[in-house]
Amino acid sequence: MGLAAAFWIMAVVAVIAALGVVFLRNVFRAALALVLCFITVAGLYITLSADFLAAVQILVYVGAISVLIILAIMMTREVQQGSPANRMKIPAFIVAAVLLGIMIYTVTQTPWQIAPESPLSPTTVPLATKLFSESGFILPVEIAATLILAAILGAIVIAREK
Amino acid sequence: MLANYGLIGLFSIVVVLFTLVMVITPIILRFLKIVPSNPNPIKNSIFECGMETIGKTWVQFNFHYYFYALIFLALDVLVVFLYPWAVHLRQLGLFSFFVVLILVFIVLIGYIYAWKKRVLEWK
Repeated sequence: MGLAAAFWIMAVVAVIAALGVVFLRNVFRAALALVLCFITVAGLYITLSADFLAAVQILVYVGAISVLIILAIMMTREVQQGSPANRMKIPAFIVAAVLLGIMIYTVTQTPWQIAPESPLSPTTVPLATKLFSESGFILPVEIAATLILAAILGAIVIAREK
Repeated sequence: MLANYGLIGLFSIVVVLFTLVMVITPIILRFLKIVPSNPNPIKNSIFECGMETIGKTWVQFNFHYYFYALIFLALDVLVVFLYPWAVHLRQLGLFSFFVVLILVFIVLIGYIYAWKKRVLEWK
């Protein structure tokens, strides 16, 4: 009961924050609304017993992606003026509405299968055994590290441009 | 398990309520005429919020700051891998320690490269 209430409160706050991102004229306030949206999505993950995913959401999205976006805003001019309306308003609205319709149609029409087993309660420990034990996914983990290395090298190349 | 998150939820509810009370109390007190309203320039000035800016407050920052945000994002993804390992550290043993050591070493190559290329220095 309490869990369902928490889910719906956070779902409503997430949708309101997402609408704020779109409708707020000040880009900086829109970024703060986006952070609120990320936090409530993390809360949704917790109510759906995906606790590791919630931790990753807080770490990466609330921690890093928001910093990235706010830094990008620091580099823009005319923060308060925000994004003025332009001629692409109506085509963009049509495309977004069609996309939303397709997504709602797929979600409602798909016969979702419910697993007979209840979900693992703390997901972090099974995940750690899957990733780091001797029979785990060692090579994919190291490949992921190489991917991070590639990202760092790319950032260095971009920074050395001038 | 979920009871712990219930505590976090309770905590965040208290945080939100506290913030709202702190913001709304002065407004209500002014509305009830308990707080007098005689504004003057000194009262309206920013108090302990740093120096008053000359020109526009929202200036365009240097593009090079973005590099630090990108590096921070990449290292944050590394933390995502370290976090489950750190939770289950004792049971996983020495083998996983070497796995993580290789993981960190691969990422460290990028750091050493940045150091040698003098990207971390501010000119």
